[in-house]
Amino acid sequence: MALWLRGLVRGRGYALLSVPAVVWLVLFFIAPVIIVLGISFMSRGTGGLPVLPLTLDNYSRTFNVFGGVIGQSVRFALITTIVCLLLGYPMAYFIKTRRTRWAKGVALFLVVLPFWTNLLIRTYAWRFLLAREGLINSLLLELRLIDAPIQILNTEFAVILGLVYGMLPFMVLPIYASMERFDFRYIEAAQDLGAGAWAAFWRVLLPMTLPGVIAGCVLVFVPSIGSYVTPDLLGGNRGLMIATLLASQLTGSGNMPQGAAISMVLLAMIVVPLAVYVWTGRKEGQRG
Amino acid sequence: MSDVKVRLVNVVKEFPSQEKSGQTRAVDGISFDIYDGEFFAMLGPSGCGKTTTLRMIAGFEQPTSGEIILDGVPMQGVPAFQRPVNTVFQDYVLFPHMTVLQNVMFGLQMAKVPQAEARRRAQDALDLVRLPKVAERKPRELSGGQQQRVALARALVNRPSVLLLDEPLGALDLKLRREMQVELKAMQTELGITFVYVTHDQEEALTMADRIAVMAGGHVLQIGTPSAIYETPNSRFVADFIGETNFLEAQLVRRQGAEGIVALDDDTQVRVALPERGISDDQLVTLAIRPERLVIQPYNSAPPLPDGWEEVVGHVGQVQYIGTDMRYYVRIGGHHVRVRAQNATAATAHLIREREVVRLRWQRDNARLLIQ
Ligand SMILES: Nc1ncnc2c1ncn2[C@@H]1O[C@H](COP(=O)(O)OP(=O)(O)OP(=O)(O)O)[C@@H](O)[C@H]1O
Ligand SMILES: [Mg+2]
Repeated sequence: MALWLRGLVRGRGYALLSVPAVVWLVLFFIAPVIIVLGISFMSRGTGGLPVLPLTLDNYSRTFNVFGGVIGQSVRFALITTIVCLLLGYPMAYFIKTRRTRWAKGVALFLVVLPFWTNLLIRTYAWRFLLAREGLINSLLLELRLIDAPIQILNTEFAVILGLVYGMLPFMVLPIYASMERFDFRYIEAAQDLGAGAWAAFWRVLLPMTLPGVIAGCVLVFVPSIGSYVTPDLLGGNRGLMIATLLASQLTGSGNMPQGAAISMVLLAMIVVPLAVYVWTGRKEGQRG
Repeated sequence: MSDVKVRLVNVVKEFPSQEKSGQTRAVDGISFDIYDGEFFAMLGPSGCGKTTTLRMIAGFEQPTSGEIILDGVPMQGVPAFQRPVNTVFQDYVLFPHMTVLQNVMFGLQMAKVPQAEARRRAQDALDLVRLPKVAERKPRELSGGQQQRVALARALVNRPSVLLLDEPLGALDLKLRREMQVELKAMQTELGITFVYVTHDQEEALTMADRIAVMAGGHVLQIGTPSAIYETPNSRFVADFIGETNFLEAQLVRRQGAEGIVALDDDTQVRVALPERGISDDQLVTLAIRPERLVIQPYNSAPPLPDGWEEVVGHVGQVQYIGTDMRYYVRIGGHHVRVRAQNATAATAHLIREREVVRLRWQRDNARLLIQ
């Protein structure tokens, strides 16, 4: 979607080329969104199906009853994004500063290596590691660092851990891309003008790699806030996030209009960071 | 001109070479002093180690061995950002995300100069380089010449003890380069800042520098004022690199005090001052004469040879008319000697024709004997 928006923004003479994309998006994206939007204002009928009359109750319930879960989702997604940034930026820097192509290649390969296995399998693997009788607990017991197994699985920590683990590559890759374009002689120029390492980082390296940072944050935040498998499997009832909520509303004899209202709120929370992303991308485009 | 600003003592820089585990010596034991307020040029062909030397003074590279002393303080272990020098980079390296003013203010902010004063001084620096109106623009919105001036302002605003310039005019076209040469030199004289100026353009070095260090292959071959380098080059390389020089292989026939008689390869014998460095009998030597120091005369209608002059006879090959000058290629034995004569009057242009036999004359102290 971001690409499409960017295309329109930069488009000028290429508007015609975007016609197929526009048709596709209207049919499979805009139209469904409008339908869901409509359902979100309807009442719950038998079996959770939408019926008239129109009402705003779904939205008030979304904020009053489910506000906690939504807030928790935002919190999880924000923490995940920040932790990914704090880990990912130095990783990207590390990869960029490898001398040989070979070393860079290996480092990048290691970053994307987890993608070679399905997310579900990787998440189950984490369950084995984190469980009460899991590898980590047995190791800690063996080393006599703890007396009794500690609770790791089904905690917030486990959720954040799982999310960070899954999302880190999405942070590292865009930052690495903008760092690869960064010429380290700008650092020399800064040092020449009296900047120590800290000042060179804040005044030169970070501003010049900011597009990568923003892209990485969006790419981590958006999937994090809507994630389902990780919080469900690693957090249990401590990892309740919007997607889990949605699943319960939309399956079985749930409440489809309520689910529709929640998904509209989720959509709004995703569109805002995306808009930021597109906007900064456009600014970058104008400058370049 | 008495205080030593920069002192290099036996500085060596080795880089790990690409092939295998060997080392390449980019700088191979150079030593010199640069004095306070001096315009010091480092001149040499591509790859001779000029940039590497400059980067070691700036602190971007550490010497493999040897010592660099700035203002009497050894720079061993002093990081770049703490050295009292600033650099003007060849392609400027202006920060693209900052405005021109922010670029120029950067160094002052790093030195914790109060914001208002920093702004005023940055504006003054932009005035100094005659760029008062572009302060709010981004570097990419400037022409190459303007960017060059911003780079200069960004460095000068910090009032460095020494300003390092790495081919600062290399990216500019010839006309702009000439203008900037004059301006830079004027600025340097006015501000009294020591300039260390890297270039591979000999004309630039000759016109701007107080002293020149001629470098080749990681060595300094000769250091001296422009006229000393031009008039008394100490090696064939220097003579060839700075200006144009004719080299004639010769053999020492006999000595007469400080002078010697050498035979050219067509067996003419000429008299020339012997170099200070010892020279053994029968040693192969080279006679070096600048094209503009040769006087060409028609064989038959030449005036008598004045005292203190030498003469050889040759055949004119090509004659080139280049407006201000005439250029003759004269064959003497196995050598083609270039001769340059000013076109003082329109008539001189056609005085000497191709295939004519001519006399080439020079004042004795205009020829130098170089040991091969
Ligand atoms: N970082 C480096 N790693 C390996 N070799 C290097 C490095 N920097 C310079 N060299 C080598 O050192 C030698 C001198 O390089 P230097 O850049 O000092 O030359 P220069 O005189 O500035 O030439 P130019 O006029 O082309 O700029 C060259 O042979 C170069 O290949
Ligand atoms: Mg260089």
